[in-house]
Amino acid sequence: MDRSSHRRSRRLVPVVAVAAAAALTLAGCSSSSGGKKSQETGSNASAGKATTPRMTVALVTHQSPGDTFWDIVRKGAEAAAAKDNIKLIYSADPNAGNQSNLVQNAIDQKVDGIAVTLAKPDALKSVIGKAKSANIPVVGLNSGLSDWKKLGLLEFFGQDETVAGEAFGKKLNDLGAKHTVCVIQEQGNIGLTQRCDGVKKTFSGKTDVLYVNGTDMPSVKSTITAKLKQDSSIDYVTALGAPYALTAVQSVSDAGSKAKVATFDLNKDLTTAISKGTIQFAVDQQPYLQGYLAIDSLWLYKNNGNYSGGGEQPVLTGPAFVDKSNVEQIAKYAANGTR
Amino acid sequence: MSMTQHAEPAVETPPAPGPKESDGRTAQRSAFVRLMARPDVGVFLGAVAVYVFFLIAAPPVRDASSMANILYQSSTLGIVTVPVALLMIGGEFDLSAGVGVITSALTASMTAYQLTLNVWVGVIAALIVSLAIGFFNGWMVVKTGLPSFLVTLGTFLILQGVNLAVTKLITGNVATDDISNMDGFSSAKKVFASSFDIGGVQVKITVFWWLLFAAIATWVLLRTKYGNWIFAVGGNKESARAVGVPVAFTKISLFMLVGFGAWFVGMHQLFSFNTVQSGEGVGIELIYISGAVIGGCLLTGGYGSAIGPVFGAFMFGMVQQGIVYAGWNPDWFKAFLGVMLLGAVLINLWVQRTMTRR
Repeated sequence: MDRSSHRRSRRLVPVVAVAAAAALTLAGCSSSSGGKKSQETGSNASAGKATTPRMTVALVTHQSPGDTFWDIVRKGAEAAAAKDNIKLIYSADPNAGNQSNLVQNAIDQKVDGIAVTLAKPDALKSVIGKAKSANIPVVGLNSGLSDWKKLGLLEFFGQDETVAGEAFGKKLNDLGAKHTVCVIQEQGNIGLTQRCDGVKKTFSGKTDVLYVNGTDMPSVKSTITAKLKQDSSIDYVTALGAPYALTAVQSVSDAGSKAKVATFDLNKDLTTAISKGTIQFAVDQQPYLQGYLAIDSLWLYKNNGNYSGGGEQPVLTGPAFVDKSNVEQIAKYAANGTR
Repeated sequence: MSMTQHAEPAVETPPAPGPKESDGRTAQRSAFVRLMARPDVGVFLGAVAVYVFFLIAAPPVRDASSMANILYQSSTLGIVTVPVALLMIGGEFDLSAGVGVITSALTASMTAYQLTLNVWVGVIAALIVSLAIGFFNGWMVVKTGLPSFLVTLGTFLILQGVNLAVTKLITGNVATDDISNMDGFSSAKKVFASSFDIGGVQVKITVFWWLLFAAIATWVLLRTKYGNWIFAVGGNKESARAVGVPVAFTKISLFMLVGFGAWFVGMHQLFSFNTVQSGEGVGIELIYISGAVIGGCLLTGGYGSAIGPVFGAFMFGMVQQGIVYAGWNPDWFKAFLGVMLLGAVLINLWVQRTMTRR
């Protein structure tokens, strides 16, 4: 051990020298365009801070790691927590059993409120019952529009995926589309399937479904290309997430197809693509709003006994359409990663 | 994985001299049988079978541009499958290769963007990081003697977390920023993500790189001393050491080659899609490994080729896209994929068995 560490320290000298030389060389290699330097420093939405007593709220979602969408939900929740003097505990697991354990974990921590997504409501039923018997208010967000009342949640903030799909289908009708392919990036995801079903319901043309492997972008690209070549009558690609829509644009050109691309959900690059016209429109469910309202509502309930929708109606955060006509005003928020 | 093969006679396993003059007992075999006994013939036949099947079942496959698309998909898998196969011949696994691709792409993107540097600086930084990950894997395996399955499972999990956490820490988001308007992007795109026009068909450059890497790997494996070392360390580490093969060097460099492959595909993804999602790449490591196994590499090491995995990756691409070209009910997609792959592996196995027994 001793000898090897000596050897290592002797090796360290040239390493440091090389690193220093590299740092000097890099200074001469800066990019004249793009990059961090050109990024605008926009400020996040922030208000003053409440003087109410410090409270703790848990947000438990079914996010899979690294999903841009959930990152925006979380930012909304964090903004509300900062404003309301709330300590926010965020946890997530796409596996329903694990998610219910995380809710139990929050109950054990004796939090003042829980916000939870109900992607698989049955798996969360018993643990939500436990929260209620521990007198912890529970609100729902994002998924579970048809189940939140049954499970006795206080209120719900989200978008009905089927309604969003239906609105999407109607929009396609207005744009004169004849044949669309609905690209699902995660086989078996209920929300994504409901979106495609919604499109199918109202769209007067033909709707095909295509599954792609969302964790492998080159595979997504070539699979969409293959589908467009297999059926050249497809004139609209319906993507269910912003990164997949941007990839679909490349597939369309690879396949030599004339299809147009539209999508659910937004991100920074997508707003650029909409203003450039490479993507026609996006349906936004305002994930920031879902996270923000869910946390803020728990604060209101604790401090003033309010609850939205009177315990009867959900609070709908979408579908909101983003297209060339209104993309400019949204783009700057998307650039901050909050829309 | 290195313990079990000592007990077996390992007849097909060539010792140091190389794969050609494999075993004396079958000197009387005909040229045909000898050809069929090569590790890559089974997968070749399997790939042909799958190809012909889809040629009949899916009319769009007959189009040359469809083939270019299938080859593209295969190449993005194949560029990593080739070094993964070499590593497997050398007797080790790498489960961190799939997320390693994303680590590399994230490193390049964030280095260039955050420091506002020419993107080539990011490309080099990513290469260093990828090789370092490979070195770490190899060094851990050699120094500790732990199974590479465990060591790289560890790096797999570490990288998965690091990808996410560091990206979030640095960019504030879970995806990197668009670097397509930065200096050096267009020249890097030419190298990693451009297309060529061949007879009116756009072929992606990754296809050429894939075939080039496979050709180099085959040459190294069959014609160089280093190639013999790979077979030797995978066959029996102790006897390899006894005859003077630098076991530690060979294994560590093989892990670093996988790092190189991951870097290359990472760069392709970056320059092809402009941004990188930090959560991607999970699960792809198994496709690389299956590509190598379908391509005739033994899970126990010491046996295999670099050409077999080319067909292995092709078979994956072919089945994955063929199902779409055939327009089959997409609900069954994964099941089709599994059945086709299992079928191909069985053909492979059958060819191996019948040909080596006679």
